[in-house]
Amino acid sequence: MSDTKKFLYVNRKAPYGTIYALESLEVVLIGAAFEQDVALAFLDDGVFQLTKGQDTAGIGVKNFSPTFRALGDYDVNKLYVERESLEERGLTEDDLQEIMYEDEDDDWAEKPSIRIVSRAEMAEIMAEQDVILSF
Amino acid sequence: MSTLHTVNKSPFETQTLLSCLNHCREGDAVLLIEDGIYGGIEGSALSEIVKESAAGVSLYVLNEDVKARGIDPGRLLGEVSGVDYEGFVDLVTQHDRTQSWL
Amino acid sequence: MAYEVNGQVVEHDEEGYITNLSDWSRELAEEIAKTENIEMTDEHWEVVNFLRDYYEEYQIAPAVRVLIKAIKKSMGPEKGNNKYMYELFPYGPAKQACKIAGLPKPTGCV
Repeated sequence: MSDTKKFLYVNRKAPYGTIYALESLEVVLIGAAFEQDVALAFLDDGVFQLTKGQDTAGIGVKNFSPTFRALGDYDVNKLYVERESLEERGLTEDDLQEIMYEDEDDDWAEKPSIRIVSRAEMAEIMAEQDVILSF
Repeated sequence: MSTLHTVNKSPFETQTLLSCLNHCREGDAVLLIEDGIYGGIEGSALSEIVKESAAGVSLYVLNEDVKARGIDPGRLLGEVSGVDYEGFVDLVTQHDRTQSWL
Repeated sequence: MAYEVNGQVVEHDEEGYITNLSDWSRELAEEIAKTENIEMTDEHWEVVNFLRDYYEEYQIAPAVRVLIKAIKKSMGPEKGNNKYMYELFPYGPAKQACKIAGLPKPTGCV
């Protein structure tokens, strides 16, 4: 379809200190209804959004990290995470939760949505987009 | 194909400007607006790294934001060009996409 | 604004979604269904329970399209389709079923 545009949501903030992360996720879910080619980028403190084991019971806010696992149902299955941002923060891919999607074109095989990319690859991904929304 | 990046935070407060510059590609433009204009000052602790990271990238500041903050345009890096609001719009139209770094 | 079940008062917003998700009970669901002119059958309960499980797992009420796709996957195409779902919940499966399930309005639903 020629009128499908590439949308990239850029996430650079940690999850609970500000409202940016939650707002971004809500916009992604709402925007998914428009059936565009959607991808998410996580860099700088944004990589903290995907850590596993989040438990917000003690701080009185909603834990929205499980919602990332629903993104596959919304046909959002490209979550680019920047390796350098992880390393700078002492994290590795193992610290992130597992997020899977089912590939419709491959007999519904389960595949990981998270793709670790280098900073240079991230810059290239950004340069391929029609629209970039930053949070 | 090129991108206009805007940065509105002081580099002395957040890493945003440096992160932006590290994700720029040759031919991109970075426009410093609001508190972002402090990243364009010559002789600061960050000027050298800004200049280095901005190789191949055109740097701009929004004149109105510079003026509002009492920064003499003569204090800005030689690499930085000033634009007014119309110039901002021109930059948007000259690039394929705009990325706002928050 | 509130529902009343067994003498207990449960607050809701101006559209009828309950304010406190933990106030939900099966009796309350029956009560909300009545205000939506829906007679709860096993088929209705199947969808409502599915939604509650979905919310429990992902912390969101899914959009209609997503709900129908998920139902199709879990219960088969004879239930996972628009016609079946709108027959059960004529004013929108996501909207009405979420309200009865005690969940917030689906994100992006206006």
